[in-house]
Amino acid sequence: MTDTPQADVSARQSILDRIRTKQVHSAPLPTIDFQRVQSFDDPLDRFAQSLVSVGGQAHMVDSVNDVKPIMDQIPVFRDASQIVSLVPECIRGTVDTAAIHDPHTLSDVDWTIARGEFLVAENGSIWVDGNTLPHRVLLFIAQYLAIVVPKSEIVATMHHAYQRIEGFDGRFGIFVSGPSKTADIEQSLVLGAHGCRKLQVFIVDQM
Amino acid sequence: MGYASKRTITFHFLSETRYRAVPVQLSLHAFSFRFDFMLPIVEHPAAAKAFVTDPNRSRWHDQALWFVRSKRDLQAGSIPEWEYLRETASAIKTHTIANLGDYLEQFERNATARGAIVHWARDGEHHNQIVLKILQQHRAHRIVKSKSMLTEECGLNHYLEDNGIDVVDTDLGERIVQLRGETPSHIVLPAIHIKKEEVGDTFHKHLGTDEGASDPKYLAEAARGDLRDKFLAGEVGITGVNFAIAETGGFVICTNEGNADLGTSLPRVHIACMGIEKLLPRQQDLGVFTRLLARSATGQPITSYTSHFNGPRDENSELHIVLVDNGRTKLRESETFRAAMHCIRCGACMNTCPVYRRSGGHSYRATVPGPIGSVLSPTRDANTYKSLPYACSLCGSCSDVCPVKIPLHHQLLAWRGELVGKKLLPRSKRWSMAMASLLFRSPRMFALSGKIGRAALRILPRWATHNRFNKWTIARELPLPPNESFRQWHRKHRSK
Ligand code: SF4
Repeated sequence: MTDTPQADVSARQSILDRIRTKQVHSAPLPTIDFQRVQSFDDPLDRFAQSLVSVGGQAHMVDSVNDVKPIMDQIPVFRDASQIVSLVPECIRGTVDTAAIHDPHTLSDVDWTIARGEFLVAENGSIWVDGNTLPHRVLLFIAQYLAIVVPKSEIVATMHHAYQRIEGFDGRFGIFVSGPSKTADIEQSLVLGAHGCRKLQVFIVDQM
Repeated sequence: MGYASKRTITFHFLSETRYRAVPVQLSLHAFSFRFDFMLPIVEHPAAAKAFVTDPNRSRWHDQALWFVRSKRDLQAGSIPEWEYLRETASAIKTHTIANLGDYLEQFERNATARGAIVHWARDGEHHNQIVLKILQQHRAHRIVKSKSMLTEECGLNHYLEDNGIDVVDTDLGERIVQLRGETPSHIVLPAIHIKKEEVGDTFHKHLGTDEGASDPKYLAEAARGDLRDKFLAGEVGITGVNFAIAETGGFVICTNEGNADLGTSLPRVHIACMGIEKLLPRQQDLGVFTRLLARSATGQPITSYTSHFNGPRDENSELHIVLVDNGRTKLRESETFRAAMHCIRCGACMNTCPVYRRSGGHSYRATVPGPIGSVLSPTRDANTYKSLPYACSLCGSCSDVCPVKIPLHHQLLAWRGELVGKKLLPRSKRWSMAMASLLFRSPRMFALSGKIGRAALRILPRWATHNRFNKWTIARELPLPPNESFRQWHRKHRSK
């Protein structure tokens, strides 16, 4: 399985040789000057605006107890039977992922309630650490997705975001921005391409 | 003023001969791919003809892309440090490409330490063999693939199909194109040339949607249902790579649909194929590139999913990374064209290009169309793609929007110089250029031809200029001839 075919070794060498025979000089690697990067007076407001512009919905709530009542007003949640919750303090799930080994068995999941680490104000995205997901596919296979994030966890731009996850060592991590979408048919935006059809983001004050 | 009229005549002569040089009769169907075999040398004007002469399609295509370009402008304008980001991105890429050998080795070391298996491929053929071998080791026959221009470049789909493997393109645009037996006409918007009614026909035939249905929402929903089954049945997921990080050995894939994620989080084996230029030195560099990519590409602040993969999914899964050269090390050796390796495949140069917008991506007969394609394709084969550097008005808009500041229009101009040096210009063009050069060197001849031109414009009847042999006048009126040449005018006025 891990044996490298002979051809690969020679290809590797010839590619590297060809690169090294042509010396190219260049300036050192630049580093972003944070002084020159935009910031926002009200990052939360900016986040909410950005999220709406990418098709998601933001809800500001005081505590984890406020999530369920809002969700209960959403018909597709009220009617849902297969709910995976990774934030049990907000929503109790109906599917126990501990018993599941094959991700394919999750194909009927209606909702995934996931935990977000922080918000990015400039583009309405949320960083989700793969370590919080028993199965990576949960984020993508569920018909609907809700992400719960503490209100205090917000950064202005992607530069700040990468500063924050510097040294990230997990196998998987993702910025999610809005529901899955496509504009491949005559540039008409359709929400719900392959992944979730809608995205609800709960920004919780005390969490 | 005499100059102006002469210029008209010279150009008209050029465009005329360019069309006549094409040996084949064109099929009216814009996307007939048998074409490629009939026409080994890409004559862009001929290949674009069907598209351009369908004014409805050409205008509609033009407007669709201009809409995307305008969304890009809004996003770029909303970031005060936009130009600073472009400069930084360009400097990061310049540095990376200069030190590519070191970064590739660093990437390989770190990726391997995370449990990935790294392969090196000399060219497209070699890349395809490597992928096939992995699939055969796993006895896999059903592949779900997300968008990757690299695998298009290598012709992976055909290669695998010829070896009895079923490949499903899962990006909706690519799926549409695949079902229709076409190739993408744009690197970000693969089906931008297809109307919704045509998608409806294709889906009716292949997915059993209602006949005549063309509502994008309905059609996308049908594709979602169909592709869900394919995802669940997929045995191996193949993806491209947007950015690979030397310092972490991980890589990033950006999609809006979530197809790359669905395609790699179900099967146990993930094969990620990337050109060696996709490397970035540090994770923090992603801050610059994720801010630029989606804004430049579609005018979104970021793609819906920006996924970071570090090694295989778990202990029971496999991650293969195929690093592909396929001409990139050769391109790196050219001082003039090296910067083309900065390209992050955002498509902004296509959306803004006045030629691309009107002629459609297929007219370039290359995997990557538009300005960057016209720079890259002749580096692969100067003779086949020699007309592409001329599919350009040198307006420079591509260079202005390119997020990594590739001097695209300078490179296109440089290509024209190289082609003349290689004697790859068509004979008609070489002759007319030689004639023009003679003319410009002799003031007397110049003055005389100006006089003839002015007289001809005045006395020739309309049928002599507007007829089927003169393509230049199909949609144009000839200018009113001035009474005197600029030199005559100048002589009269300089004494005053
Ligand atoms: S050349 Fe520049 S504008 Fe064109 S696709 Fe590449 S990165 Fe985008």
